[in-house]
Amino acid sequence: MPGVEGFMYPNEISLYWSVLIVLYPFITGLVAGAFILASLERVFRVEAVRPTYRLALLTALAFLLVAPLPLQLHLGHPERSLEMYMTPHRTSAMAMFGFVYLWYLMAVLTVEIWLDYRADIVALSNSTTGWRRWLYRILTLGSQNVSERALHIDERVGWLITLIGIPSAFLLHGYVGFIFGSIKANPWWSSPLMPVVFIFSAMVSGIAAVMLLYMVLMRLRRQPIDMSCVDTIAQYLLYIFIIDFSLEMLDLIHRIYEADESFRSLDFMVHTRLWLSQVVLQICIGTLTPILLLFLVQVTKLSVPVRKRIYVVSGSLALIGIFAMRWNVVIGGQLFSKSFLGYTTYKMALATREGLLVSIALTILPLVILWVLVKLLPPWPEKRHAPLPAALAAD
Amino acid sequence: MKLFKDAGHLFRLAGVFLLGTLSFLAIRAFVVPHSFGQYGHYRGAAIAEIAAHPVHFAGHQTCETCHSDIAQTKSAGKHAQVNCEACHGPLAKHADDPSIDPGKPDVAVLCVRCHSASAARPKDFPQVDADQHSGGIPCTTCHQPHNPVIAAGGAK
Repeated sequence: MPGVEGFMYPNEISLYWSVLIVLYPFITGLVAGAFILASLERVFRVEAVRPTYRLALLTALAFLLVAPLPLQLHLGHPERSLEMYMTPHRTSAMAMFGFVYLWYLMAVLTVEIWLDYRADIVALSNSTTGWRRWLYRILTLGSQNVSERALHIDERVGWLITLIGIPSAFLLHGYVGFIFGSIKANPWWSSPLMPVVFIFSAMVSGIAAVMLLYMVLMRLRRQPIDMSCVDTIAQYLLYIFIIDFSLEMLDLIHRIYEADESFRSLDFMVHTRLWLSQVVLQICIGTLTPILLLFLVQVTKLSVPVRKRIYVVSGSLALIGIFAMRWNVVIGGQLFSKSFLGYTTYKMALATREGLLVSIALTILPLVILWVLVKLLPPWPEKRHAPLPAALAAD
Repeated sequence: MKLFKDAGHLFRLAGVFLLGTLSFLAIRAFVVPHSFGQYGHYRGAAIAEIAAHPVHFAGHQTCETCHSDIAQTKSAGKHAQVNCEACHGPLAKHADDPSIDPGKPDVAVLCVRCHSASAARPKDFPQVDADQHSGGIPCTTCHQPHNPVIAAGGAK
């Protein structure tokens, strides 16, 4: 049989989880990572990353809105997805993810963005005309109170929401890792380290994505890039990348040393079918190269143009590497037989419901949503309408 | 009271969430069937609805009341455990009204469904590459489907 090597059980020959299921943890990871970057400024008071705070929140929202779409397209019957809210199934990890998603979207991200933008929304509801005026008026919820005290309350509540948001972001993506890590029948997935690895890789991809978006948008706006901001982001990216890589290596060493009955089969798979996507793309190009580049910036004094280029290259490579990691987890976990004696092949379709074109569209869609959000709620510091509350200004 | 005034927008936000939650509960009460959860995580009334579906399969005991000779032949061969309607299809209508002709199964399609060679089948299960094995001759030329071993007498 073409594409099949050795012995495969009949139900293992074609893969059930396609490239869309690769895209789903990738997009969810960008959400969690972008939010963690935003929380650096809000909770941990890393003032240098302030220029990206609002952009990070909007990026998280844009990607979060698209996150369920790969699943909807994969499963079909999107109307049935509402049933997990109508008749919750408490013993299904997949079904309960709907509540984790809803909690993060409604109770954390939307509220935080609304609180942060409220003064701007009020100002825009008075300065715009036409449908935009109506939209902003609806968003004010009928309250025009932007007194210093009201904004101070917003700031405090926003801080609290971010504080709740950090474990929520960890929960959101840790849960995605948990869904894979808890499948005990699949030795490629079944690992308690999976949720932790997913969280740290999510932080890497989210931080890299916001850094790249900030640099690209600044260039499009013909505004200077705040180098102290991107330098700080790159520094955090390096630290988290090192933790992420260490965790993945820890998982690998553990598997090699433990060498259970699946090891020979998985080892063969990594050296053959996953060699390009795992060893070359994920580890060498997508992890070691950006870590080395970011490390180089830390130990040498490089000019601004060189640093910018390094950040763009390492950020892009990090995104490719994290995508490859998701690919290797999702696709890799379905390429080998439970008999450990055979391997199959994944052939991606082009123009089908789960094909390449749909995946590309789903990758571009969050950027379109982000463009709309940026137009409606400008994230740039100079367009901030709200004066800083006195308590904050004094900090 | 000033605190309540300056936090008024937060109460409005809480009101929006409350309204959303109440709308959700109202929609849920409307769309979730009343018998949901009666026996488990499914609609209890579904059991009665499924039970009311028309019967399509008559069951081998029904077949054997008229076709006892075939049943006897079958019980002596390798197909003893294969139900009549596994090959002949659902025949409740024929059982109710024997004048309805059920027709004969197409052996070119039927036999290979179980007996075409596949690595996934147990080794001792009879399986053949149909083209090489018979060269297009219908299986029933040599095998009697109700007792397929050729030594048992071949086709009748």
